[in-house]
Parts: sequence; C-alpha cells; structure tokens
Amino acid sequence: MARAAVLGRLSPIAWQLGEVAELVDETARVKTLVLEVPDWPGHRAGQHVDVRLTAEDGYQAQRSYSIASAPEDERLAITVERLDDGEVSPYLAEELVVGDKLELRGPIGGYFVWEAGQGGPLLLVGGGSGIVPLVAMLRNRAASAASVPARLVYSARSPDDVIYRQELDRVAASDEELEVLYALTREQPAGWTGYARRVDEEILREVAYPSCEGIAFVCGPTRFVETVADGLVAVGYAPEQVRTERFGPTGG
Amino acid sequence: MSFVSRGFRGKRRDEGPSGRVPPGQYLVDDFPVLSAGPTPRTPLEEWDFVITGAIAEPKRWSWDEFKALPSETVTKDIHCVTKWSKLDTVWEGVSLDTLLEDVESAAEYVVAFCDGGYTTNLPLEDVTDGKAWIAYGFDGEPLDPEHGGPARLLVPHLYFWKSAKWVRGLRLLDEDEPGFWESLGYHMYGDPWREQRYWGD
Repeated sequence: MARAAVLGRLSPIAWQLGEVAELVDETARVKTLVLEVPDWPGHRAGQHVDVRLTAEDGYQAQRSYSIASAPEDERLAITVERLDDGEVSPYLAEELVVGDKLELRGPIGGYFVWEAGQGGPLLLVGGGSGIVPLVAMLRNRAASAASVPARLVYSARSPDDVIYRQELDRVAASDEELEVLYALTREQPAGWTGYARRVDEEILREVAYPSCEGIAFVCGPTRFVETVADGLVAVGYAPEQVRTERFGPTGG
Repeated sequence: MSFVSRGFRGKRRDEGPSGRVPPGQYLVDDFPVLSAGPTPRTPLEEWDFVITGAIAEPKRWSWDEFKALPSETVTKDIHCVTKWSKLDTVWEGVSLDTLLEDVESAAEYVVAFCDGGYTTNLPLEDVTDGKAWIAYGFDGEPLDPEHGGPARLLVPHLYFWKSAKWVRGLRLLDEDEPGFWESLGYHMYGDPWREQRYWGD
C-alpha cells in the first residue's frame, strides 16, 4: 500500500521538446536522429522514448522508439526504420531536418535494460532494427564496463541492411571481450564466412556462453524473438535469463 | 498543446469508428505480440487455475474442469500501451464472475499470476460484473501460446498488459500491490481513455 501510494503521487513523465542536431543515414531505410534534449533526465541502455507528432489541426500520432545512445552520451539518439506504410517513421526519416523540434517523453521501460552492475556475460541477439537497444547496451558497456564479456549476434537480410556496421566492426576489433557475429539471411558478400541463414538453435548453441551464464537480450520482429527465445531455453538458458523486446512492422 | 510538428499531416488512417480509439492509439489489423521473456509452454495435464490469498477456501480447477465451466464468447476492442488498438476481437472463455461466484472475501484487489513469473494487479471491481474473462479461445481457435495460450486474462477496458498471458491464478488482496510492469514504471490502473500509461499519468 505504501508503495502504491508513492507510485500514485509521482509526477507524470513530461513531454518535452528535443532539437534535431544531426541526422545520420545508417542504411537506405534507416536513419539515426541525434537530438539535443535540454531537460533529459537520463536513461538506462535498452529503454525507449515515446515520440508524439502534432499536425496543424491538432491531430496527433504517437510511437515508441528504442534509444540508441548510451547513458553517457551527451545527446539522445534514436534510430528509426522507415516503414513504407507507416505514419510516423516516414516523417522522422524523411521530413525532419536539422534544427527541427521533436516532441518526446521518456525514458520508458524498466525490464529490457542493462546496467554495468548487472554484469554478464552478455549475449545480445538482434534481428533487423532490433539491434538498436542492443547497441545502446554495447555503447554503455564500452563507456563503463568494457571488461564484461559480450557477444552480439546480429541478423540482417544483406550487408546493406546492417545498421552501425562500421562502429560494430571497429569496437569488435579493438575489444577482446567483445565478439560480433552476423547472420546474413538473404544476401552475402563474396567470400562471406559468417552465418548465412536465420538464427537457429544450432547457431545459438555455438554462441551460448559456457554453462549458459549471464543474461541474454533478444530484440527483433516477433517471429525472430520467438525462435531465438525458445532456442536459448532449448540450449540451456533459464527463461528468467532471457529478456525480450519486439519490433514489428506494425504501425510505424 | 501549442507545438506543431513542422510538415506533419498524418495518415489519418488511425481515427477509426468514432469513440472507439483512445487518445494516442492507432488501429492495427494484425495482432502484435509483446512479452518480456520466452513463451512458457505448460502441458495441459499440468495446468491448473487457482484463486488464493484473502479467501477462506482457495479454489482450484484442472484444465478439464476449467473447460467444463460455462463459457462466453465476447467481442471486444483491445488497447496496448505500446499504442496499437485492435477492434472487434473475438474471445472465448470463462467470466471471472463465474470463477468468483461462491468466493467469500473482503479483498478489494487481485494480482493475476502467470507461468513465466509475470504478475499484474487490478481492483476487484474491475474484474467483476462482466468486465473480465479467462480466455482460452481467440477467433474461434484455441489461443496461441504467443498470445497467452492456453489461457490468458482478458480485461479489455484496461491497457492490455493487464490482460496477463499464461495466467494460472488470481491472488485476492486487501491492499493494492504493483505487479510486474507496475513496478517498472507503468501505471497502477491503466485506463486507456485517460491515457494512464506510466507512473504519474
């Protein structure tokens, strides 16, 4: 009761305005928005923000986006995949220019999060734009706890669909405790030695840490998350070690 | 709200039939899946549904006993806190009025608990008088595991995280206590029409 009363008294997570400071083309369909948010209260890696768009006549649309930036970063970054049939993502990915304002509130979510204190090893499995909250975790880890062993398995359709490719390859090359593995499901470059199929139980068996220690975070489309979460349990992870988040093509 | 997003018009596909889409929601035709961990798969022979807590005689039904209870088919609009709403979803299940029929208790709250460890809290009055069901059928088929099968709580007038998947029982409580998401920043009550998404909303 005491706790409920406390929760009831909390002030709302306020809507605030961020300013677009930088736009980064990640792939043909994916863009990162780097925002200056003066009153940002801080966040943990894995959390998301709600974005609200308002038309001249007052019509509004809201969506949630995972935060890509680390808590240590000065500016807030979200990475948005443009969905052709979407309402909000085409605006964010195509209409916004540097200097525009964007209304948002957050951070939201308290389970699909990682902090250095939770330790590791950290098994991150992402599909498509499901990489976004996972990269926030890797950025957080690099800034605060680089000795925690981490392994990222990232499934994308083709090399051109890989988001943050340069950064991932760079940090993987310079960090002995970090391994980055790709699964390119539809199109692989010549001489490709990585995985060339969807993430399955066999791949998970190969990438799982010995004795399935630590925590696994899985993010991607529903089918991907279902397969990977089931697979991790099948190879020996306890269900409570596996945290999931879904990114569907719905809405956008 | 005076702020206008420069150049935003919106697709307006989201307005739907008037009075049925709460603020900040948009309509979907598919049925998105959300959950915090792997999908539990409890064999039906091990499944039971219990009512415990502030109750003189706890109640328990096996799967077969549960399926033998009078069922209802209801058509409801559902609203997820992640912003999607889905209209006219058809569910089959047992009304909580049926399950709580002979229960004597002074409890004012319930916590639903589930396979996988998920919990969610609700006022008792929000799950009685035809407002809540334990649903085991969706759209004329058995409920898919990824949507909460074999059975989930259905409380359509609140945000859908209150409609706990893989539900296994209700604990009756004299005082409200936060469930899983309610401990992690989400609203204690979760009325979509008042946009009670997060703490303090």
